[in-house]
Amino acid sequence: MTFLRAHRTIATVIAFVLVYVIVKVLSILPLVNGEPLLNKYYIQLIVLAGINIVMTVSLGMVNGFTGQFSIGHAGFMAVGAYTSAMITTVWLHTSAANPWVAYPVFIAAILTGGLLAAAAGYLVGAPSLRLKGDYLAIVTLSANELIRTVIRVTEVLGGPRGLGGIPKLTTLEVVFVFAIVSVVLMRNYLFSSYGRSMKAVRDSEIAAESMAINTTRQKVFVFVFSAFFAGVSGGVFAHLLQFIHPDNFSFVKSLEYLIYLYVGGSTSISGAMVGPAIFTLLPELMRGLQKWRLVIYPLILILVMIFRTEGVMGLKEFNFILIPQRQRKEVSA
Amino acid sequence: MGQFLQQLINGIQIGSIYALIALGYTMVYGIVRLINFAHADIFMFGAYMGFFLAPVMAKVFGGAFIPTIIAAMLITGLLGFVMEKLAYRPLRYKSRLSALITALGVSLFLENFCSLPFVFGPQFRKFPDLIVTKQIAIPGSLGLIITNVLLLDVGVSVVLMVLLFWFVNKTLVGKQMRAVAFDKPTASLMGINIDVVISTAFIVGPALAGAGGILYGTTYGMLASPFLGTWPGLKAFIAAVLGGIGNIPGAVLGAYIMGISEAFATSVNSNLGYGIAFAILIGILLIRPSGLLGKFMPEKV
Repeated sequence: MTFLRAHRTIATVIAFVLVYVIVKVLSILPLVNGEPLLNKYYIQLIVLAGINIVMTVSLGMVNGFTGQFSIGHAGFMAVGAYTSAMITTVWLHTSAANPWVAYPVFIAAILTGGLLAAAAGYLVGAPSLRLKGDYLAIVTLSANELIRTVIRVTEVLGGPRGLGGIPKLTTLEVVFVFAIVSVVLMRNYLFSSYGRSMKAVRDSEIAAESMAINTTRQKVFVFVFSAFFAGVSGGVFAHLLQFIHPDNFSFVKSLEYLIYLYVGGSTSISGAMVGPAIFTLLPELMRGLQKWRLVIYPLILILVMIFRTEGVMGLKEFNFILIPQRQRKEVSA
Repeated sequence: MGQFLQQLINGIQIGSIYALIALGYTMVYGIVRLINFAHADIFMFGAYMGFFLAPVMAKVFGGAFIPTIIAAMLITGLLGFVMEKLAYRPLRYKSRLSALITALGVSLFLENFCSLPFVFGPQFRKFPDLIVTKQIAIPGSLGLIITNVLLLDVGVSVVLMVLLFWFVNKTLVGKQMRAVAFDKPTASLMGINIDVVISTAFIVGPALAGAGGILYGTTYGMLASPFLGTWPGLKAFIAAVLGGIGNIPGAVLGAYIMGISEAFATSVNSNLGYGIAFAILIGILLIRPSGLLGKFMPEKV
């Protein structure tokens, strides 16, 4: 079993590296009129898609696999983004000129951001995960907006002016490494016995409890775990945009991730990767349609929901994510 | 003391508008268990209807306010009806979360569609003066000032709320609505046509939001953009949850609590005024997980 898990981990890593190589080649080889197919702008979009993928997979852990309903993930992202930006920019004045200093600081900063976001996740989750369904959704939404309000009134964090001058440390490579590590960690967690108890909690809380699963602890732990990844994504996001503003992290942003997740398929890691990839790149592909693209985008969402309610991927997973059927039998035998 | 009462009055004014929106959220939730995110955009649609209809109505009827508000309510009611038919009905027996995501989609669609230049346009618009604003000073040493717009806001919402209570408690359709909200399968076994009841909820709720939109335009005198519904909508939604979602008197109570606390907090700091709503909500939900007037339903095995 351990071997199989390692085997699949390697497969996931290889899949990501392949995508990276393709993107890199397309951004270097002069294919179209002496220019590479992917210019800087497209690379920026792919980087953004990578961050959105990690955010959506982490949201999927709470919403899809544990059956809780959080609509405040952008709040945790804000905690991570502001913490890491404060460390690199305001306190340590890191510059991207010297990567040997900048990157260790950057990594420490985003991890600290993640830890603080996890702490915020605990503060929100521990009392409120007792609430059921829609009420939990509303508490997380409120927590998101409260975090935003706190940032707005805190002068040190730039208040309503936002925080600028952040060094651009997020590159294509950084995002790929970040996405690989995060997705593999979350994947392995989901396929561990903890992951199975999460799914049990989702399917029937009462049944799970009678099987000796501590449902509250399970829910709080997943929530904190997921908030951690949201915080780290926030840090990476801040060092991509170089300027963060409280309004970047409003509940509208949380709703965006919710849309990515449910269009992709909420009970599938692959779905949580396909959804944000489609929705980050699609508006660009529809650029020719000008004003209409923002009208077509929600229409696609409504149509997907009506005609394929379970999301694009449904319950399916890509091969590199899931242990194949044949090997699974060997495990059980 | 004067300052205190003045803020209280302001809070009641804004609370009245929230109440009209919150009623739509709570009615739809009570019957189909759906957080209708598009409700905020119906409110926006109502406000824009006021903008476009007021000059026509002034020409046809002489006075603008009453014909405009009735026309806007009819149009938003129709919009709600069509929305439910096209977007929510196909999902009625599927997972509730998919309906919620669809509601988000409808909300985004309405916002962006109305922003197209040949629909409402993204630009700032001045709301027409449906009535001439007059200030009325209350005699006494406190120096309180109220406007006739305030009286109108409170008056119209109270009239509409009374009509709604009468509709829900005294008419046959209202009785059916309460039955469906209580237990949908049993209600349908008793010969209640669920489709009719759900459509009614999706007509009455949006119509109230449309009226709220007209009052909003009259009070603030401007329409910022077709995205204007998001924040009042969110506040009203929170008000509905605060009172116990699905509970009609609860929504009104929650809306007034929200409006008044917001008025007081805003007088201290505008950012605080924005955040206070969420702090109150979290506090109340942790003490009473089903809202102020909501009933706690234990889970059955």
